[in-house]
Amino acid sequence: MTGRTFAEKALARAAGVPDARAGDTLDVTPDLVFSHDNSAAIRRIFEQTGAPRILHPERVAIMLDHAVPAPTTRHAQNHAEIREWVREQAVAHFFEAGRGICHQVISEEGLVLPGETVLGADSHSTHAGWLGAFGAGVGRTEMAALWATGEIWLRVPEAIQITVTGTPPPTVTAKDISLRILGELGADGGLYTSIEFAGNTIITLPLDERATIPNMMAEAGAKNAYLPPDQVVFDYVQARQTRVFSPIYPDPDAEYAQRYEFEVSGLEPQIALPHQPDNVVPISDVAGEVVHQAFLGTCTNGRITDLRAAAEVLHGQHVQCRLIVIPASAQILQQAVQEGLISILLEAGAMIGTPGCGPCMGNHMGIPAPNEATISSANRNYWGRMGTPSAPVYLGNPYVVAASAVTGRITDPRELLA
Amino acid sequence: MKLQGNVWKFGDNIDTDVIIPARYLNTTDPVTLAAHCMEDIDETFASSVQPGDIMVGGANFGCGSSREHAPISIKGAGVSCIVAESFARIFFRNAINIGLPILESVDAARDAQKGDRLTVDLTAGTITNARTGQTYQANPYPPFVLAIIEAGGLVPYTRNTLGIEI
Repeated sequence: MTGRTFAEKALARAAGVPDARAGDTLDVTPDLVFSHDNSAAIRRIFEQTGAPRILHPERVAIMLDHAVPAPTTRHAQNHAEIREWVREQAVAHFFEAGRGICHQVISEEGLVLPGETVLGADSHSTHAGWLGAFGAGVGRTEMAALWATGEIWLRVPEAIQITVTGTPPPTVTAKDISLRILGELGADGGLYTSIEFAGNTIITLPLDERATIPNMMAEAGAKNAYLPPDQVVFDYVQARQTRVFSPIYPDPDAEYAQRYEFEVSGLEPQIALPHQPDNVVPISDVAGEVVHQAFLGTCTNGRITDLRAAAEVLHGQHVQCRLIVIPASAQILQQAVQEGLISILLEAGAMIGTPGCGPCMGNHMGIPAPNEATISSANRNYWGRMGTPSAPVYLGNPYVVAASAVTGRITDPRELLA
Repeated sequence: MKLQGNVWKFGDNIDTDVIIPARYLNTTDPVTLAAHCMEDIDETFASSVQPGDIMVGGANFGCGSSREHAPISIKGAGVSCIVAESFARIFFRNAINIGLPILESVDAARDAQKGDRLTVDLTAGTITNARTGQTYQANPYPPFVLAIIEAGGLVPYTRNTLGIEI
């Protein structure tokens, strides 16, 4: 008998069955489900199911993050409906506008632990894999059904193993590793799969940088992505809550549909060119392209390590193009204030936004004019992603975003830090 | 159940930002969403698509954001079915859940051209192209998915599960 992948073990646990194999369909009871500004729409679908109440409000989290503070009356009305629903249904975990982006907040609040299963009405719910959890995205109708029944059918995915080895050079981050992998796998290279990481590189990365990797595996079509949790992860979650958890690791002889190996010691910063996140080149291929706006933030790269990286580049410099900085959560913003990072960013000419998703998907707070190029630390650069169809978006790491803001052109941060 | 319609052909990695841009997500009204469906890559689509038309895509159709507006806008536009080489996983689930039939067939998707007339038999899982005369067998639905389709989508399926009659 061959061993089991992380996904096989995690979903067997979540379904309460002794064993599961890739291809099995299971009735899964997630430990937590969450949604965001889409919760009012989910409520309207929920009401069509005829269910009287959310079955397990203690397992439901809702955060306002996609358009905060409300940019229009309609957004405000949407938020108001969600607040009313949260009160009416006694939703246990509600986070107001300004608290932060859903994926960051569930981590900071200790709502997801190693080995647990969390489903979010957001495509980047693969993010939860940074703590060794099974995180997957679902649609609104599915979230409504989850509220009603607490269960969902999930097919146990085939798994891909990605082994990352080596030590990335300075200014080369988890973002570059993610982009490099996406460039290799392609936008459907991980379709329907569990992408399970191995190798010695992950545990050498700063903890909050690790989250970038499973977050971005959504762009390869993955159902979930997984980093094996170590003591640093256990310390992080134990500082936040007291629930018992059992970390899950794949067996050494688990069956993987494919295996990839990446050596990252010689990696240079990577850029995803418009208009797909897998359209990846080394920065030397694209350096010098004019950008009109730089955006640092999002669930992918809005954490303290990212703000420190930007501050390192921007210290004593002044931007040549608009620089929008939006920390992923209020806690991160507060820490950045305490560390003096926000002062450095403001002195360099940055604008600081309310913690949330910001202009990532073109809702507000930094929509580019037609044909204006943006360098962004986000995870997507699809045609029109930031709200203006003809405005190209380049994706890069936080050092690159900051360096490019300084020169107004896509710039290798090593030129400024040398 | 048989569907018949003319083909609108799209390429690989058609993402949900293109299917319905985020600037229109402030509503879930199918008619409003349909008016902007695909407009960033094909301005003629929303005004020219006919009820029953069939959308054909390449690999990884519906990738990106989990927005359910994407299949809602396509269904709202009158599209009866999507045939693609493969679908992104959340889009696949969303389409089934809102009652928009979708079928995976590499050959059917590759061979189809704009304007071809396709006949889709959902029960048999077959796609016939009138121009080439070829019939293709699509990948079968898993049993749970079939149950949701038979119920008419996830909302009625959940209603049945809960034993609620409306």
